[in-house]
Amino acid sequence: MQEELFTSGRNLPHIDPSLEIWHWPISVYLFLGGLAAGLLFFASLITVLGKEKDYPAAVKYASIISPIALTLGLLALFYDLTHKFYFWRLYTTIRIESPMSWGAWVLLIITPISFLWVFSYYSEIFPKWKLKFEFLNNFEKFLKDNRKNMAYALIPLSIILGVYTGILLSAFNARPLWNNAILGPLFLVSGLSTGAATIILLAKTKKEKHLFGKIDLALIVLELGLIVHMLMGMYAGSEVQLEAMQLLVGGEFTLMFFGFVIILGLIVPAILELIELIGFKVPVAVPALLVLIGGLVLRFVIVEAGQITRYLY
Amino acid sequence: MRYAMVIDTLKCVGCSDCVVACQTENDVPIGYCRDWITETVNGAYPNIELELKSERCNHCENAPCVRCCPTGASHQLVNGIVLVTGDECIGCGACIESCPYDARYQHPDGYVDKCTFCHHRLEKGQLPACVSVCPTKCMYFGDLDNPNSEVSELLKNRKHKTLAPEAGTKPNVYYLI
Amino acid sequence: MTTSRRKFIKISALGLGGVAATTTALNMFGASSYIDELVKENVAKTFKRTATYCEVCFWKCAAWTYTDEEGAVKKIIGNENDPHCYGRLCPRGTGGVGMYNDEDRLKTPLIRTTVNGEQTFREASWDEALDLIAAKFKGIKEEFGAESLALIKHGAPGKHLEHLYQAFGSDTIAEPAYAQCRGPRETGFNLTFGSWIGSPEPTDIRDTKCLVLIGSHIGENMHNSQVQEMSDAIDNGATIITVDPRFSTAASKSKYWLAIKPATDIALMLSWMNVLINENIYDKEYIEKYATGFNELKDHVSTFTPEWAYGITGIKPEEIRKTAREMADASPAVIIHPGRHVVWYGDDSQRARAMAILNALLGSWGRRGGFYFKESIKVPEFPAPEYPHPKWGWKEIGAKYPLAQMGITTEVIKCAIPSEDNKYPVKALMVAGTNITKSIPNKKLLEEAIEALDFMVVIDTMPMDVTGYADVVLPECTYLERYDEIRSATNREPSIAIRIPAVAPKYDSKPSWWIAKEIGERMGVGEYFNYTDYKEVIEWQLGQMGTSLEEMEKIGVKNFPRKSGSMYLNETGPHEFPTHSGKIELYSNELKNLGFDPLPNYTKHPEPQQGFYRLNYGRAPMHTFSRTANNPNLNDLKSENNLWVNPKVSRILGLKTGQEVWLKNQDDIISTFSIKVRVTERVRWDSVYMVHGFGHQEKKLSRAYGKGINDTELISSVAIDPIMGGTGMRGNFVTILTENPHKNTEI
Repeated sequence: MQEELFTSGRNLPHIDPSLEIWHWPISVYLFLGGLAAGLLFFASLITVLGKEKDYPAAVKYASIISPIALTLGLLALFYDLTHKFYFWRLYTTIRIESPMSWGAWVLLIITPISFLWVFSYYSEIFPKWKLKFEFLNNFEKFLKDNRKNMAYALIPLSIILGVYTGILLSAFNARPLWNNAILGPLFLVSGLSTGAATIILLAKTKKEKHLFGKIDLALIVLELGLIVHMLMGMYAGSEVQLEAMQLLVGGEFTLMFFGFVIILGLIVPAILELIELIGFKVPVAVPALLVLIGGLVLRFVIVEAGQITRYLY
Repeated sequence: MRYAMVIDTLKCVGCSDCVVACQTENDVPIGYCRDWITETVNGAYPNIELELKSERCNHCENAPCVRCCPTGASHQLVNGIVLVTGDECIGCGACIESCPYDARYQHPDGYVDKCTFCHHRLEKGQLPACVSVCPTKCMYFGDLDNPNSEVSELLKNRKHKTLAPEAGTKPNVYYLI
Repeated sequence: MTTSRRKFIKISALGLGGVAATTTALNMFGASSYIDELVKENVAKTFKRTATYCEVCFWKCAAWTYTDEEGAVKKIIGNENDPHCYGRLCPRGTGGVGMYNDEDRLKTPLIRTTVNGEQTFREASWDEALDLIAAKFKGIKEEFGAESLALIKHGAPGKHLEHLYQAFGSDTIAEPAYAQCRGPRETGFNLTFGSWIGSPEPTDIRDTKCLVLIGSHIGENMHNSQVQEMSDAIDNGATIITVDPRFSTAASKSKYWLAIKPATDIALMLSWMNVLINENIYDKEYIEKYATGFNELKDHVSTFTPEWAYGITGIKPEEIRKTAREMADASPAVIIHPGRHVVWYGDDSQRARAMAILNALLGSWGRRGGFYFKESIKVPEFPAPEYPHPKWGWKEIGAKYPLAQMGITTEVIKCAIPSEDNKYPVKALMVAGTNITKSIPNKKLLEEAIEALDFMVVIDTMPMDVTGYADVVLPECTYLERYDEIRSATNREPSIAIRIPAVAPKYDSKPSWWIAKEIGERMGVGEYFNYTDYKEVIEWQLGQMGTSLEEMEKIGVKNFPRKSGSMYLNETGPHEFPTHSGKIELYSNELKNLGFDPLPNYTKHPEPQQGFYRLNYGRAPMHTFSRTANNPNLNDLKSENNLWVNPKVSRILGLKTGQEVWLKNQDDIISTFSIKVRVTERVRWDSVYMVHGFGHQEKKLSRAYGKGINDTELISSVAIDPIMGGTGMRGNFVTILTENPHKNTEI
């Protein structure tokens, strides 16, 4: 039999359990970041394509959620920092190799733009509440005129944000579960999918619902493909990756992963959306909510399980 | 100049003196540590092998913690030592997640802390605290760029390994086996 | 006083709780931050170092205590010139800082009192506590004689109290270090070579070519210089042979690990002798020149062939032959290590004899790489009147065991139990520096004796379990806060080391020299304590030895040249060994005359019954018995013991690593606490193993309380060595309980 144990120094309550250093705020942040990325991507894409009138939920109503999601996400992130009052150090340097540095800068740019985006729709969203100051009205007008420019900026930024939430994790080769190239695209696709689901929830017209239903369906299929791809990559990988895969397919995270992410979060909503598209009556809120929950659980599973996987011990 | 530590597992008895010495030398709070001892047992009674070793930050040449740090608090000196500057660290934990050796921990004051190879002692010409106290004299420290240093000689003449070389970090702590 | 007067009090002294809570709360904030890191360099320059020698174990390594400007103890570093540590302390010595910092320390004298029918301790002033002790002691002295006052002690505090006891006329003194530890080997080697092994052992490990460890596990015991020298020996390519049923750390460093069946060591050694003599590979010249009784030995071992031993020990004959030849090849640079804790099966002096005889056959005694002739320097006695002569003392109490050369704790304790044939009534007991509930087996007897005492005083730095039985508890300050006597130990070269306080005593604790003096003065023997500070004693002694306190403060350790001649046998002329015959006595007439086997014999010892496993216990390098379990630094390294169980056993019982179990021994004694299982190949299927010194029952030991099992409480079957009274403790068997046996009872 083989035994591997700590004689001393590591079996301390402050050391080993806290090496699982990232707690629920990180999962929440990754989810909200992905959601905001999805929402901003669709809003700007539709704007660039000049279809704002046809899809008001996507460009207008759903995009209120992105600054809120980003703010909450940032708060969650801040909450999980242990040396909080030095957070400004993030902005004294740009570290090309550090995904977290990238993320910090992208967030610094995208969060204000998301607010400005919503502000550019202020009078349309809140027609009853007039802006009191003239300069604000002018500013809104200025933003409205530059909406397309904002959209051009937001398309790459939102993709970077969406990919970054995955790359943040996949850059850690010390955690075999995270250390695969699929995680970036997977989180991007999942973010887009949750964005589409949110738009479905808020859309009022059948046309908009259907379009985003189709988009979401495509994204879900893509996401399922990426998950299969990820698992196959691990299956073909080294011992540590095999162990990581075991956590998902035959370990403590299997129920969460297969039950909530794959079945309830992807397959069931895909079927429901398909049925709806064929013409049967399905309350669209159900698949959309399932997708959102699935997206959140995916972040939790990956963050928690990833921290258990290690090279040593 | 490339500092390295060489630890002879054939002599280490796992007494953990290195762990306490580090704690008192570096004011590591009670309940935390920068180094630790592992025990590996293989075989079946009565054909058993036992390996005891003192582990710590490997001061990797290809240090993922330095790469991941968003503020530059984790940095590498020209002599290879990887350090954390406490008041540049935001406590995001990225370096902890990036370390295949789990060699870092969050200090109760919030910043991330780890082995410094007793940088402050080296500057005064002293050996790291762990090396200087080891009762079995199983730990060696020196410059790998100097082919005549004790550590270079040991690595030339003895069978050795590093931990988790497959992680690609190029560690600078070597174990004689 | 009522009959259940000495009910064990889990020290919940009135008014103490709050203090401890505050300190813990303060500690949470931690004194260090990275800002400290930045200024450390400056601070380092202002560290002050003070000479001391370590008191965390008996090895007494000389060291420097580093304190900062605020007087905080920062670290303790070994003294380079000290032959006990060569500048490198072990983890316990380095962690000595924690002994001083431990916020659970005894803080003030405590006196047993009854509040609302509940026994508890109340805080008292030193004057009140000392007056009470002196009054009680005086009363007992007048009624029964000073001899009825007994002392059980260990370490530096013991020395001061021994002086006090001898001053008022009692020699009823014992320490667990003898009958519970190394006594048998001293007797066995003394019978053979005419000299004790002593401490540190005069083993020339650094130059040895072959080191044989029989149940001795250097590396798990951190007998500092020996650990260091074993490492040197490994570097030098020495062969290590380990005989141990358990795969010890030392076994893992060995060329040969002989996984012996427990309790059969003498059979193995007899067969080694047989091989050495039969194959004519023993040191003939040495034996001829220096030894007597070889022919008797030769006849005695002629039938003890390796094949005979195989049936007993389970070690293959070719392994026995190979290892015997390996030893002979290395001869005389070979050491059959005498071990230290050698009270195993009751025939321990005979086992030590077998070791001594093997060493003689290999010619290693007095040879380079074997055993050197140790030497120490005498520290002159500080002027004091001659001690009175007690009518009886430890010698008379232990007379049943003819070769006991020190007090036998268990015999002294038994004297407290009144009976008609008890000629030596012990009425009061002082315990200093030893936690007897974890160092002396047979708890039932111990509690019965304690219950019968009129008065009991415990002096300690920590609220150890034993303090719960005391009428008065006195808080001693730690070794970092006091002067103590000059350390003069036997080594290759004589040396002395001094202990100077690095900081003032914390809380209301006091050094034991002061306690001894204060009690002495109150008992009317003040003339034995003709000083106000122990510093004066040291100053005077150092002056007599040609040095000074001033010099010693700077160097800490002073080495002196040898005066007794060469460290090794001078083989040009004759050599007289300090035995009766002046020769190495392979055959012992002394034993024969006393009615014991003149040559060692193998006897079969009890074996575990179905479902029971031999309880084996040992050391962890980061702890000194039960004394360090609560030390914050050392507790960090190891906070509890584990029960080692072979996978074969775990499969039968369905045990998993980390599972909590309880133990029940052959006398139905159930462990107070649970222990976590470690399934490991390192232990035999017929035994279980745990590190000694855990399972503390005292709640005030906030870190150690209830962690692991106290092996000593399960040792109720004691095999007493008829030669010297050692208490053999390895013949206890336990069964493993997976259900909590205390479910319905409160501990």
